[in-house]
Amino acid sequence: MTSFTRQCIRQLALAAVFTVLAGTADAQQVVKIGLLATLEGPFAAGGQDGMRGAELAVKQRNGMVAGKKIEIIKASSDAKPDVAVNATRKLVEQDKVDIMVGPLSGSEGIAVKNYSKSQPGTTFINGSSGAQATTLTDPSPNFFRFNTEGAQWMVGLGDYALKTKGYKKMALIAEDYAFPYSQVQGFMTEYCKAGGRVTHKAWVPLGGKDYSSVIAKLPGDVDALLVVLGGSDAVNFLTQYEQAGGSKPMVGGSITVDQTVLNFKGKRRESLLGTPSAGPIADSYDAPEWKKFVADYKANFKDGFPSPSLFAYVYYINMKAALDGLEAVNGDLSGGQAKYREALKNLKLQTPTGVVTLDENRQAIGTTFVTEVAAGPDGVYYNKVVKVVPNVNQRLGMSKADFDKVGLGSRDVPNCP
Amino acid sequence: MPRFWRWFWVVGLGVPIALFTVWGLVDNAKLFLTTALNGLTLAALYFLVASGFTLVFGLMRNVNLAHGSLYLLGAYVGYVVGDKTGSWLLAVAAGFASAALLGLVLQTTVFRFMQGQDLRQTLVTIALSIMLADVLLWIFGGEIYQFDPPRWIFGRTPLPLVQVYPTYRLVLLAISAAIGVLLWLFLNRTRVGMMIRAGVDDRGMLAAAGVNVQSVFAITFAIGAGLAGFAGVVGGTALSIAPGEDTRYQLASLVVVIVGGMGSVVGAAIGAALIGVAEQFGLAYAPTYSVVFTFVIMALVLAFRPQGLLGRRA
Amino acid sequence: MSASEWRKAMNAGAGRTAWPRTAAAAPAPSRAARWRGRGAASADVRDETRWLRWIGGRVRARHVLVLLAVLAYPLLAPPFFTFQIGGQALALGLIALSLTFLAGYGGMVSLAQMTVAGIAGYMYAIFATSGTDISLGWPWWLAVFLALAIATVCGILIGWFSVRTEGIYTIMITLAIGVAFFYLVQQNYSVFNGFQGFQSVKTPRVLGVELRDPVPFYYLALFWALAGYFAVKYLLRAPFGVALQGIRDNPRRMAALGFNVTAHRVAAYAVAGLIAAVGGILMVWYNGLVSPGSVGTSWLINILIIAVLGGMRHPIGPFIGAIVFVLLQNFAVDLVDRERFNLLIGAIFLIIVLFSPDGLLGWWAGGAVRLRAVSARGRLGRRVETGEA
Repeated sequence: MTSFTRQCIRQLALAAVFTVLAGTADAQQVVKIGLLATLEGPFAAGGQDGMRGAELAVKQRNGMVAGKKIEIIKASSDAKPDVAVNATRKLVEQDKVDIMVGPLSGSEGIAVKNYSKSQPGTTFINGSSGAQATTLTDPSPNFFRFNTEGAQWMVGLGDYALKTKGYKKMALIAEDYAFPYSQVQGFMTEYCKAGGRVTHKAWVPLGGKDYSSVIAKLPGDVDALLVVLGGSDAVNFLTQYEQAGGSKPMVGGSITVDQTVLNFKGKRRESLLGTPSAGPIADSYDAPEWKKFVADYKANFKDGFPSPSLFAYVYYINMKAALDGLEAVNGDLSGGQAKYREALKNLKLQTPTGVVTLDENRQAIGTTFVTEVAAGPDGVYYNKVVKVVPNVNQRLGMSKADFDKVGLGSRDVPNCP
Repeated sequence: MPRFWRWFWVVGLGVPIALFTVWGLVDNAKLFLTTALNGLTLAALYFLVASGFTLVFGLMRNVNLAHGSLYLLGAYVGYVVGDKTGSWLLAVAAGFASAALLGLVLQTTVFRFMQGQDLRQTLVTIALSIMLADVLLWIFGGEIYQFDPPRWIFGRTPLPLVQVYPTYRLVLLAISAAIGVLLWLFLNRTRVGMMIRAGVDDRGMLAAAGVNVQSVFAITFAIGAGLAGFAGVVGGTALSIAPGEDTRYQLASLVVVIVGGMGSVVGAAIGAALIGVAEQFGLAYAPTYSVVFTFVIMALVLAFRPQGLLGRRA
Repeated sequence: MSASEWRKAMNAGAGRTAWPRTAAAAPAPSRAARWRGRGAASADVRDETRWLRWIGGRVRARHVLVLLAVLAYPLLAPPFFTFQIGGQALALGLIALSLTFLAGYGGMVSLAQMTVAGIAGYMYAIFATSGTDISLGWPWWLAVFLALAIATVCGILIGWFSVRTEGIYTIMITLAIGVAFFYLVQQNYSVFNGFQGFQSVKTPRVLGVELRDPVPFYYLALFWALAGYFAVKYLLRAPFGVALQGIRDNPRRMAALGFNVTAHRVAAYAVAGLIAAVGGILMVWYNGLVSPGSVGTSWLINILIIAVLGGMRHPIGPFIGAIVFVLLQNFAVDLVDRERFNLLIGAIFLIIVLFSPDGLLGWWAGGAVRLRAVSARGRLGRRVETGEA
């Protein structure tokens, strides 16, 4: 045992020395891209799939762009902002990556964006973090986000719930932190404007697990529930709601009825059928680009999900943007990457869900899908597309002045009881 | 108890609780009663986890900070067995057996060689909990698992006043009560139980009386760990299994045991009831700070009765 | 059980490694005898040189070497190593030092030291400037002062709660308190800004030097780490420290001797609180942010791992532990899958606890003893050969 640890320490020292030396190696023929995702803790499954998505973008180009080899250096965090910045700093300052792709979650994204300001020589592209504030508040000139964020993902759902489904009065149950705030803002901005009312808001602590008392408190006089919970919180709520005899129809947030929740290991999922939700992807979208993307994903990753998750998709398009931008400047990263950033800004990114462009804060303007849970012939549940909303921007269609008046989503914003 | 303190507690705690109860019943009796039931059923789950923890601590002074990991291990093993055989009861048995086995192995290969080195034992359990959590994440991934219990315990039961209530939560309450009674009978009516109680009071004397202390320790540790695994399946059925549950139940049992008194099974029951009810009422009436309530209770107990409600001075 | 039994438990195996105890706890007879002998031999030495002699008697070549190495380190290492490895290890080491002081010399293992550090970090973020509206924007020196004061008071309160019970309970109670604080900051938006915490916390500029730049930060952290180290070393020899170690070994006897056991223990928490608070301020400057994750369960445990890894028998232990921990955290990814980092750190921790209860320092001491034995045998052998004996 002792010799084993001693070996470990020796290896560690060697690795440290080696990485110091490697930092100075000639980087002309190789473009180094740092890839950061959450591989520890509860978000690990999402992080792994995010890595798959990013790898897929590189594989589609056979690891070469404009005659240069793409080298991916991976790092991991545990969804905490300080850990994410440490991992990013290692990639940027120690491994000397040219381009940085990541991180996964909202507060990590804000922290990495703040760090990016101190590293003007490196270009940062988002992973899958979706906090509104990352690009709306104090944006960084070298931080780009080619995915739409939490509020944008819900655009179109408010109209659909009110006009198509006829839900005039709703109650809300959501986790108590920034991502659900922005999701709720995306939904309610539209829903309230069209005349709907949200009479009861239940903000539940993250990871609360036991929702039975929250369920008991839900009002009986609403037409439907807006449920913005993720992962195991969503599964727990759905099971407990069913057990408690709840029968109201539901409207889901973008991660409430995603692959991880639809495919949880167990057998009871009937209550989800017909649940509308919205998000940047839809399993059953029938555009050929999307089908090719899904086929590529399945062919490359036998151990992946039955269909790429949101994380895989979002990491994929951000990595694709990084590579497409590189091709547009023919691999030229000189001049403090000025040309490269100009190319990124003007990129018309072809994604499996349509064209994505950037706004003045380097935030994506893209497509949102309104979907409904349906059962396939093989019994597997999937999200059926019912509406496609193109060109959704971060201010949800409002002018800058109007949006600034409302501010970012929070417990009480927006409000229409 | 001096007169002043009695009045202090009546005025400071009793009156607000009574007022709140009256207000709750008048305002929305159904919500109030459902919440109370929810609190009790959550308490039942907490009791299942914490009773094993407190049993082990009482006898061996081993603060097993891997207790939550045993919960998660039992739950995952139970899931695999339940999935293969289709029998929920087998899953429960497998959950108990797997955790008990691991507990037995740990006690006989590691902890018995650290007799009396409480801190080292605790540090070992911390290391084990870190490793177990990661190994389980490695094997089972970050997905969410749910059991498939028999239909008849998974429906709804009509009850007076609260109208309908999930049957499984009532079953959980019954299971927990049954385990409590069994544990009491085991500790008070069997020979091994007698030895365990004697060991809690004075380990040295027990050994001097010619009892093989090591086997008593091994049995206790196996039962304590097994209860965690058992709770893993039973609790995993009520909620779900996912990474992170280990920490959650570890903390719940810590707080329950600190409040109830360390080493006391009855104390664990009282502590679990207090914490479970407080948590659910918090979620229903003040959702933002529901988790903090739990710790306010703990701080109050620590400030006025540091050894816990039923604990004895160390 | 009593704290003395518990202490015995902690000391088990110490005889094997024979780590030299601090002079105050058990004055090493050999050194004391040497001291007297030297004093008698040079009785005519004047008063002015007594200080020099004192230093000369204590400072060894290895002390000077280590000091020179840590001072010269930023000149040799790239900025990344200066900041993320050096700076972070010193700040974390300072927090772990507070635990070593409490656990190694006071016999109280508190898992809430990161909480105290986190309180200091949060208070600094609230009083000084950050990217959030909640921050009051007061001058940095005032914010630092308030943060240190509040965190120390909180440290005393935590101590007051946990010293009411004895020994092994401390670890449970402090863990529960630590997690309570985590939930509080995660749920409270009006003061602690909830899940997001405080981002882009401003680091002060002093005399035109940005304290968060790698080299200034390193020297700042080094200064406070040395200050903490020498403060602890001084305290251990002062009457308070000696009494504290007496209480660790036998509280009942100390009480019988007229010492107020509870007061000494709470005072130890106050000292540890202040040290952890300084570390907490350094960490918030280092990260530029403070969030619930900074005071979560994993960090509470990590501080314990750092302290145990290095060894709790000497105040240098936590710094050694911190360096190893930070190196692992950064470069484990190059050895094993980063995904299995927790498994690796857990396994290392387990090995240390099982085979070297005194941490890496224990190995060092064990190795030194063995080495001395070998060389002594070698000398003896030569003497026999040359016929001297």
